[in-house]
Amino acid sequence: MSLIRLVWKYLVAKPLNTTLNVILLALGIAVITLILVFNHQLQEKIASNTQGIDLVVGAKGSPLQIILCSIFHIDFPTGNIKLAEAERLAKHRLVKSAIPLSLGDSYQTYRIVGTTRAYPELYGATLAEGGWWNNDLEVVAGATAAAMLQLKVGDRFASAHGLTEGGHSHDEHQFVVVGILKSSQSAIDNLLLTNIQSVWRVHDLTVNHSTTLTEENTSALVPGVLAGDTTLEVTSLLIKYRNPIAAIQLPRLINANTNMQAASPAFESARLFSILGVGVDVLMGFAYLLIFISALSIFIALYNSLKERQYDMAIMRSMGASKAKLFAAVTLEGMALTLMGCLLGLALGHGLLALFVNLIGESQKAGVTAAVFYAEELYLMAGSLLLGFLCSLVPAWQAYRTDIHTVLAR
Amino acid sequence: MVEVRSLSYQYPHATSISFPDFSADVGKHYLLLGQSGSGKTTLLHLVGGLLRSQQGSIRVCGTEVASLSEAALDRFRGTNLGFVFQKNHLMAALTVEENLWMAPYLAGKELKKQRAEEVLAQLGLADKRQARIQELSHGQAQRVSIARAVMNKPAVILADEPTSALDDANCEKVTELLLSVAKQNEATLVIATHDQRLKSKITHHLHLK
Repeated sequence: MSLIRLVWKYLVAKPLNTTLNVILLALGIAVITLILVFNHQLQEKIASNTQGIDLVVGAKGSPLQIILCSIFHIDFPTGNIKLAEAERLAKHRLVKSAIPLSLGDSYQTYRIVGTTRAYPELYGATLAEGGWWNNDLEVVAGATAAAMLQLKVGDRFASAHGLTEGGHSHDEHQFVVVGILKSSQSAIDNLLLTNIQSVWRVHDLTVNHSTTLTEENTSALVPGVLAGDTTLEVTSLLIKYRNPIAAIQLPRLINANTNMQAASPAFESARLFSILGVGVDVLMGFAYLLIFISALSIFIALYNSLKERQYDMAIMRSMGASKAKLFAAVTLEGMALTLMGCLLGLALGHGLLALFVNLIGESQKAGVTAAVFYAEELYLMAGSLLLGFLCSLVPAWQAYRTDIHTVLAR
Repeated sequence: MVEVRSLSYQYPHATSISFPDFSADVGKHYLLLGQSGSGKTTLLHLVGGLLRSQQGSIRVCGTEVASLSEAALDRFRGTNLGFVFQKNHLMAALTVEENLWMAPYLAGKELKKQRAEEVLAQLGLADKRQARIQELSHGQAQRVSIARAVMNKPAVILADEPTSALDDANCEKVTELLLSVAKQNEATLVIATHDQRLKSKITHHLHLK
């Protein structure tokens, strides 16, 4: 016999009470775990996706939409911007670098992005196999996209208009896969990258080839294109500032003086989080309510069972148990309950997230997984043990004070 | 083994009670007789160290009980004393065997499972080792509590009305068992009772008024 075994026997002797208490706490912990793991990953994804991008410039419209579209690739473009106008901005003295993105097509919901090599470089993406694109209609596939679409180097496909399945198919232009990227844990894992000219070509925009290109008249944004073209368009620009002053001047300059819209990834994702935050707060409040109820329930269960067990307590004292031992037995019982609840809750939280990730493809695209653990989960466990201790404090004190004589003389 | 001298106890908010001097020798058995309310249980609890703050002297196994600290008294009780009560007070969450295991564990002694089997066999409960407490009859449960009391081979067994809830047949059996178990374990047995059926079996009597 040992104290732990005794405590276990007491818990098993009341299976319904024990189950209720464990489940109540587990539900609360599960909700917290779910939010914790999901939020954590979302924030990590946002941080890794926005690194190196100070400002996104797109067509006039919702700045949040521009960010969701051009950084996370989960929304539609607000429209297009003129290449000439974008070039002028790219050459601005406050801009250190500008990466053009040209969107519009997808292949089986995976977005095709026309861009330059600077874009994968921004995320430190490297090739797993094949090579980079050199000619029009050559595609380098992100790791997740390649895996989900089962694309291999040399595969051909036709893009569809828009981001959903069943859009107008551009059958006349076949893309060919020339390379596949290693996973970089960012949005480009889900993309099919090509050059900007390919996107224009699919949409029958003609590139002026009549003038011979020299270093002076080549576009600063798109290699191989004449600068100052007034017909060509891109969707957005990812801009890196040259110095901190740019953060103050550039957005205002763009919004006031051009037909373009500037959106700050940091600001917009903070705004997104504050919008999501209301829902998260409600869920969290619900979780804390569950935990409070379970704490109350554990307290009542221990308090009541102690009334039934006062003879056990007195008998244990008569057999040589010290007061401290009885105190320890009761607090151990409370902590055993909350520890079980916490472990079940953690398992449940991860399980629910795994289910959620499996059911909803978008979360898979976002790279959310249930198989990660954070230090906060250890805090949850420590907190649960503390909760168990606090709940059992009053009953344990009563056990400590058991008057052997009075109880046994009854 | 047990020596009581000029002992009195002041009940809280009530009268004080004084007890006659007596001494119980090793291996001998004593009956504390008296009507209910005569202080049998109080005396037994004082001797067993379940109740303190008395006046006078109680020596058990040569130790002055009052001189022990609370923790030392707990240990002393676990090592030297075995208790049997009117109700069996077995721990319902545990099996028969586990109830017995509690005795050495709580007294801080090494658990010898063989000892539990041996004691249960002595009391005719060998087949009830794994039984749950709820499955036992009154008489069986009382025998289990006797088994628990002798688990640690105590020098003194204190029994408080061990037979008053039992019918004649079970009373007979339990008394025989208490005596034989005490003999096997070389323990001094002190039984507090108003049960007249025991008088003929135990010769040393102490009357409380």
